[in-house]
This record gives sequence, C-alpha cells and structure tokens, in this order.
Amino acid sequence: MMNPIPRKDQPTRKQKLLFMATCICDAFFDDAARAAVEVLEYLGCEVVFPKGQTCCGQPAFNAGDWKASRQVVRHTLEVFKGMEPVVAPSGSCTAMLVHGAPLEFEEEEDLSKALDLASRSWELADFIVNTLGVVRWEGRFPHKIAFHRSCHSRGSGTVEAALRLLSSIDGLELAEFGEENQCCGFGGTFSVSFPNISAAMGNLKIDHVTAARPQFLVSADMGCLLHLGGMIDKAGKQLPRLHLAQVLRDSLKNGGLL
Amino acid sequence: MQSSVFKMATSLAEKRVSAFQRDYTDPDRLRRLAGQIKQHTLEHLDHYLELVEKQFRKKGVKVHFASTGDRCNQIVLDILQQNDCRKIVKSKSMLSEETELNSFLSQHGVESVETDLGELIVQLDNDHPSHIIAPIIHKSRREMAQCFEREGLGDYNDEPEVITRRARDYLRKQYMEADAGLTGANFVVAESGRISLVTNEGNARFCLAATRVHIVIVGIEKILPRDRDLALFHNIIARSGTGQRLTVYNQFIGGPKANGQPHGPQEMHVVLVDNRRTEVLASNCREILRCIRCGACQNICPVYRQASGFAYRGTYGGPVGSVLSPLLAGENFGEKADLPKASSLCGACREVCPVDIPIPDLLLRLRDKGKREAPKKSGAGTPPMGIWATMASHPATWNAALRLGYALNIPHAQAFPIPALQAWCNVRKLPPWRGGKFRQWMDDRKDSPK
Ligand code: SF4
Repeated sequence: MMNPIPRKDQPTRKQKLLFMATCICDAFFDDAARAAVEVLEYLGCEVVFPKGQTCCGQPAFNAGDWKASRQVVRHTLEVFKGMEPVVAPSGSCTAMLVHGAPLEFEEEEDLSKALDLASRSWELADFIVNTLGVVRWEGRFPHKIAFHRSCHSRGSGTVEAALRLLSSIDGLELAEFGEENQCCGFGGTFSVSFPNISAAMGNLKIDHVTAARPQFLVSADMGCLLHLGGMIDKAGKQLPRLHLAQVLRDSLKNGGLL
Repeated sequence: MQSSVFKMATSLAEKRVSAFQRDYTDPDRLRRLAGQIKQHTLEHLDHYLELVEKQFRKKGVKVHFASTGDRCNQIVLDILQQNDCRKIVKSKSMLSEETELNSFLSQHGVESVETDLGELIVQLDNDHPSHIIAPIIHKSRREMAQCFEREGLGDYNDEPEVITRRARDYLRKQYMEADAGLTGANFVVAESGRISLVTNEGNARFCLAATRVHIVIVGIEKILPRDRDLALFHNIIARSGTGQRLTVYNQFIGGPKANGQPHGPQEMHVVLVDNRRTEVLASNCREILRCIRCGACQNICPVYRQASGFAYRGTYGGPVGSVLSPLLAGENFGEKADLPKASSLCGACREVCPVDIPIPDLLLRLRDKGKREAPKKSGAGTPPMGIWATMASHPATWNAALRLGYALNIPHAQAFPIPALQAWCNVRKLPPWRGGKFRQWMDDRKDSPK
C-alpha cells in the first residue's frame, strides 16, 4: 500500500496555500468550499483565504470579452500574489488560471505574472494526490455515487486523482454510466446563449447518470452541478449533488476522523 | 433527422476509439507527431509549394495556382473547354463545395456528376452535405430510396444492397460517358510530386478509368513533405474518421498516363487553391490549416450531434467549421462571428483531432476577434460583461453584490425579466442564493478558534 493518508497527529506537510473559493461557491455553494478547507486542513495545510478575491475571470474570457476578462484576471493576479500554491475546488477555474489567462495575456506586458500564477495553481484533487502525495482516503462513505468528469479538467491530473481518492474510500461504490467523457452542456455563458442545446446535452447526461441509479451525483466542479442540478430539480427528479470535497470531508466525519 | 445524426456520429466516434486502442499503446503520440509534421509544412509552405510545382512539372503534370475560389472554378472550366469536355465525373471534394464548383460548371454548360454515393444523393436532392466524410448523415435510408425512385432508378426499395447496386449501375454509365475526371486530394507529397486519395467506394479510381483528362483541385494546406509521411497519415485519417485501420482504396497518382501505359487520362492538371488560406496562415488561428478533414471532431462534438451540420451555415460544420468558416469568410467575418460561440468549449474535439489542433483555443481567439470586430453578431445571446468585470475587480462592490443576490431568493424572483436569468430558468432552477456564507464561516472560525 502506498502512502496511506496520515492521521491528524502526523500531518503530511505544513503546506501553506492560498485558497480560491471560486465565485460559484461564494454565491451558492458555501459548503463545498468549506469542505475543501476542512479537508486541506485535515491534511495539515495552512489555508489562507485572501479576502479580496472575486472570480477567476472565466465568464468574460469564454464570452469573448477578453478586455473585461483581463481586468478581472489582473485583480486576481494581485490578490493571489506570492510564492504559495493556489488551490481551488474547481477544475474549471483552475483551467482558467493555468491555461486561459496565459492565452489571453499572450500579447500583454504582464504575461509573466499570468504565467507565474499558472505555475502555482492546482485543482483540489490534483493537489491532494499529486502534490501532497495522498493516494488513499480514510473514513467511510457507504453510498453509490456517479462521478461526473468536468470537461475543463481534461488533460489535467484531476480526473485520475479524484477517481483514485474516491475508489479508495471504504464503502463507496463508483457507478459506471454511459458516455462518461461527454460534456454536460453547461459551458458557462453557453448555457444561456444556447439554452436548448445546453439542455439537450444536460438531459443526455442526466439520463445516463440516473440509469446507473447512484445515490449522489458528484463532481469536482460546481458549475456542472449548478446546471445539472438545476435541471434535475426543475424536472422534479430526486438526485442530490455533492462536490468531491464534500464526499472527502463526510468520509472523514463518518470515520470519526474529523 | 437529429437522431440519425446523433446515432451515426456517436457510433463513428466509438469506432474511432477502438481503432486506435486496438493497435497503439499511446495514440496521442501519433496525433502530436502528425500535428508537428503539418505545422512544419505550413511554416515552410513557400518552400514546399515550389517543390510540389517542380516535381509535378517534371512528370508532365500541369500546375495551376488559384488565389480565390472563383479563380479555381474558372481554371477548371478553361481546362475543360480547351479539351472539349462536356461532362465530368467527380469524386468527393470539400473544396469544390467551398468554391461551389458544380453550379458554376452547370451554368457554363458542363454536366458534373458526383460519384461518391452520399454526394450523389446530395446532388440529386439538390441538398448540401452536412458532414465532411458522411455527407448524408442527416438522411435516412428511406429518403435515399425515395430519391432513387424519383430519379427513375427503379421502384421504391430501401434495402442497402439494392441502393448501392442501383447507384453502381447508374454511375457506371456516367463513368463511361464522361470526358474528364475531377478529384480532390487528401494529401499532396512534395518530395515525389504525387497526390494521395483515399476513398471507401473506389469511385475516385473509376473517375480516372475512362476519362481523357484528370483535374485535381486541392487546398495549398494539403501538402506533406515526404512519401514516408503518408504511412502515418493514412493510419490516422482512416482511424479518426471511420474507425477503419485503413481506408479501402488508397491511390497514389503521380502524373498522366505514361507512354506504354494502357489506360488513364492523357492529361493531368493540379489546381492549388489558396482561397484565403494564406490569410489564415497569417492569423493567430493558423493551426486550423493542419486539418485533414477527417470528421472526428464532428463525430465527438456534443453540439454537432444535437444541432447537425446545417446549423453551421457553411461548407464545414462542427468544431472545424466553427473555426474555419469565419476565417474563410474574409471581410464577411462578421456574418459568421457567432459560430465560434456555438460550443461549450468542452475540449472533446481537441482530444480526438489527429493533427492535434487546439480547437477550443482557436474558438476562444475567434470569440475575442468577434467581440472586437463584430460585437453585434458575435454577442447575440451573450450576457454583457462590463458591469460584472467592474464588480469582480473591486472587492467592496463584489461583497455588496453577494448581499444583493439574496433578492433571487424572494418567491418568483427567478421570473425577473433579465434575459440571461430567464434563459437559465426556462430549463433549470437556481439553487438558493447563499452569497457570502463561506466568507462568514471563515471569519467566525478566526474569531473563535476551536
Ligand atoms: S479539425 Fe482535426 S478532427 Fe476536425 S476534421 Fe480537421 S483533422 Fe479532423
């Protein structure tokens, strides 16, 4: 067995990090952000929450308004200045910092600042597994879950890391479902610019997921869950959603570790 | 129509995955290598174009350069008229769709017959192809059978064997009557001056069997440096498009009929077409010119599967079309500036593209260009970002907005006449607003450490 997760009395590493809560958790899903902080602290990290933070700038970036987006990114660069890693409970916001911002700063004078933040930014699961070196999660989560792979974590370590952690949890059953790699149809502003196509894609995803009869729909991105959850609720279906961090936290709680 | 597109595209995408996984442990390396080869060629295009011309001329091939689609059509017509050709058979060419060659030729009294089964039905139905490699992905077998019945090729019968047999009989006659054969080219090899053609129906071969003149029209971006590159590209084009290991018919054509050869056209012309490709090469979206028109990005695209090819209003649908159409529109960029928005940016296209084109990045660059150059068209349906940007760069205002958001929790607030909110709430609910609660929790903990 590789590095089982250490107990509270033997922290992995006193790692100081800057936590990006993400605007969506700031507005709707406070418990997901809270769970992420609890999990990181459990692992021995010192979590700093820079209060001036707002949003990663992605909405305008995707909408094509790069001028507006750069204004927000510049603010974010300022807020997250430093040497510490930046950790966000979102593959999408992380992708914005790692890939999006450098793309829209290609011709800007402060490109180096964007590249610096890019090199320090981590999605939560990726950080836990690939920086802290944790590969097995303690506690217990006796439920069947469907894990939705958010598209913006393609090409990153997120999905593999998340699945590795989830599948190691005692009692947790990972549901397999059809077309797991397909997009849920959220796409940020796409969801309001093309609501019908977005909804058709969402319905496909929901059909695949519900066919596997999970108790929870879980993702590393609340954006996807905002959209899928909104559709599930509108249709009057019963399928509660959880952020990956909430599963990790609840597992620790169930195991009496937190 | 939508469900037949969906099913077919999905099944092609699944075949693609197994075709790569069956034979390669790391298919991504092939994609990266192929991307590098094409990128290299594009970056030295002037050199390779010269080489192509030289090698072709050596073998007696007549080489023409066409700066625009219209020019290409005119060159083709001139060749046909000089050789007294009244009827041509043609194999599939997306470039000819781009230049609208068929209608141009018919206006000038030349009959042109499509010989790819899908393209033939498109032509008979006066329709347009809706997919790069499966032009009638939007049609059912029934519609094909109805088309043949209407054209007098026999009574209604939708058995696939009957449809293909009738097409074969019909086309044999056309092949015999035609004076010239027109093809595209999947690849043009600079080193040896050859074109490479891949088809599954063998129709390109037949187009050259009984005709006197062979005309190739091809975009200047289709060049490959060396013969050995074909090994890689044949392997990836078939697997990416249809999930085959190799396309059924692979032809290499390096000139007109030589002395002593019994068959084949006596003349071969290659028309190298620019049609704004050099403009694309000069832009920040030049990677799209690596495209080998395999259709994989269409098959995997969740938006294409829902919307089908016609929604993209151009020769090329799907992700490749959303990039290429606005670029090829030139000064009419604005008319197509909304296309790059038709994507959730999920990145599935990037993962399958055999030449590793970063399609989502190109879509994003075009969105930026759209916002700057054609804000009205590109911004349709997109919520304005100005106020948000101001809020998100001023923490005090941001915090105020987090408090204001609670208005959304008032009963019926989700019916507020804000377009984006309504577009959201038509098909989804918003969860309760909990703005600032996380910040509050962080603050409270600090005040009273556990
Ligand atoms: S963009 Fe890539 S995947 Fe799409 S058709 Fe071209 S080569 Fe194929």
